[in-house]
Amino acid sequence: MNYLADVRALARKDLLLELRARDTLPAMLLFVVSVFVVFHFSLPSSSSDLAANGLLWVAIVFTALLGLGRAFVPEREQRVFDGLVLAPSDRSAIWVAKSIATFTFLALAELLALPVFALFFHGVDGTTIAAVLLADVGICGVGTFVGAMAVVTRARDLLLPLLFLPLAIPILIGGVGASVVDAPGRYLAFLGLYDALFALVCWAAFEYVVTE
Amino acid sequence: MRRPGPATISAVGRRYRIPLPALAGASLALVTGALALVFFVVPNDANQGFSQRIFYFHVSIAFTAYACFAAGAWKALVHLWRRDPGADLESYVAIHQGVIFGVLVLVTGSIWAKISWGHWWLWSENQLVLFLVLFLFYAAYFMLRFSVDPGPQRANLCAVYALFGVVLVPVSFLAIRLSQKFIHPVVFTRHGANFGGWMLVAYFVSQAELSGKWLDARLRELRRAYA
Amino acid sequence: MISMHKLGKSYGEKRVLRDVDLELPRGGFAVVTGPNGSGKTTLLRICAGLALPSVGEVHVDAERAEVGYLGHEPLVYRELTALENLELYGRLYRVPERRERVGMLLERFGLWDVRHERVASYSRGMTQRLALCRVLLHDPALLVLDEPYTALDSQGAELLDAQLGELRDERTFLVSTHEPVRVERFATAQLALA
Repeated sequence: MNYLADVRALARKDLLLELRARDTLPAMLLFVVSVFVVFHFSLPSSSSDLAANGLLWVAIVFTALLGLGRAFVPEREQRVFDGLVLAPSDRSAIWVAKSIATFTFLALAELLALPVFALFFHGVDGTTIAAVLLADVGICGVGTFVGAMAVVTRARDLLLPLLFLPLAIPILIGGVGASVVDAPGRYLAFLGLYDALFALVCWAAFEYVVTE
Repeated sequence: MRRPGPATISAVGRRYRIPLPALAGASLALVTGALALVFFVVPNDANQGFSQRIFYFHVSIAFTAYACFAAGAWKALVHLWRRDPGADLESYVAIHQGVIFGVLVLVTGSIWAKISWGHWWLWSENQLVLFLVLFLFYAAYFMLRFSVDPGPQRANLCAVYALFGVVLVPVSFLAIRLSQKFIHPVVFTRHGANFGGWMLVAYFVSQAELSGKWLDARLRELRRAYA
Repeated sequence: MISMHKLGKSYGEKRVLRDVDLELPRGGFAVVTGPNGSGKTTLLRICAGLALPSVGEVHVDAERAEVGYLGHEPLVYRELTALENLELYGRLYRVPERRERVGMLLERFGLWDVRHERVASYSRGMTQRLALCRVLLHDPALLVLDEPYTALDSQGAELLDAQLGELRDERTFLVSTHEPVRVERFATAQLALA
């Protein structure tokens, strides 16, 4: 019960910070639309519809990366991490809260991105939307986690994509598979498995990322 | 409040009871024996001829790489759980070895692909693609390790990352298999009789010897630094 | 409350602390002095629980919820208001009667009128005062203060003096400072780092 209260307090803080700063979400929105335009020029005319589907997922992963890069900036710049770590609350609550906040931004960005995609390329069906939501959970969970790791290093912005992308490959496969194949059930189940497995590992291991 | 454990560097001991010269001798003998077997004893493969023999190397190198990553993850767990002073270094060494063998997997796999199918790279080979993903993952491990100053925080970050690797292996394998459905039609490949067993032993021994030497040198350095 | 024996701390090859011994009983007030780079901050961080020793032992007889730490950084979010910051910490530390306590502290440190403004707009002195509010919010039994007088103007320093005087009896203090004279009257022990 206390744990949920902590998560809520922390998530509220993250959403409040973004509301004040108003930089991450607009950037993500602009980025994703720009990426779609780039895709249009990158796809030769003979490409199938399916190729565009694959590119949707690339756009999602890279837009997420943009958001994730900003996730721990307030904590890092003002060393507030120490303050959160000192609190009696479970350290993993920091990760849960930050993941929830990042998920919110990503979902909001997709709320715009998917209709734009439908406009530029072709319609998006229910399965794809389900896959996007499932994938978002994995992206935000794992992404927030490695974001916290990257923030500690000297090479912060360089390191986040390097740490994140290999871990994101299975998500990408699951998502593209679900959007493209006739029987997407397996891929959706796989995304669920990824989410559950990595959420467990992240939840258990976050303590060690922020303490000595 | 969490009680910091007593961390004394002098507790680091020697891991290997077997003296190094004996290990070196044994691995030399085994590697020579295995090479002899592969090149002179095993009959030519019916379809691919002499050049298929690289597969014996490829399979056991892959196995050894997995073993190294698993050992690295185990040591990482030991570090996080028991705070053994040498565990972080041992984890690093194991992963380093694993990456070396991983690169060899990619190289031997690529050669085999060229010989068997005429292409230097095959997206249809699950094992190969998996190793590519793992290579990227563990290469990032090194980038992570060298962009943090040495200390308990670096050890923690690397240990956690190594554990992620262990979870990534089966998940990626499953994903790659699933991806073959929409990337390529499935290609069946024939894997020959498993004389790879000898090669495996040989590589384990040579790896143990290399790790032992390296670890010993680093530990000596550490002891000197803390004296 | 705090006892350390042959404490040492190194970051990689760099030795920051060596062979530190300290016994601080409950209710004591220890002052840590030393030149810059002598490891005062590291020592305090270890006592607060933010770092682990490399060598030796440290026992701190306090839960995380009972420790109040003031570091070099104020540990507050610049884009949030004073009120929002203290609300957050109040929730995380499960402070009873949170709103009243937050209000009381803000008033005591002269920040009530600016409570709805973002910390980014504060002066350094005001930010330090907010940090002090944060430290005292959950009424900790052990206060670990790293150079608490920095950035405080004379008014702020007087407020801090008053606070220390008030809390002196019931709590344990570990304070590092460049001006030991200021806290001499409270001190029961002194530790000089080289």
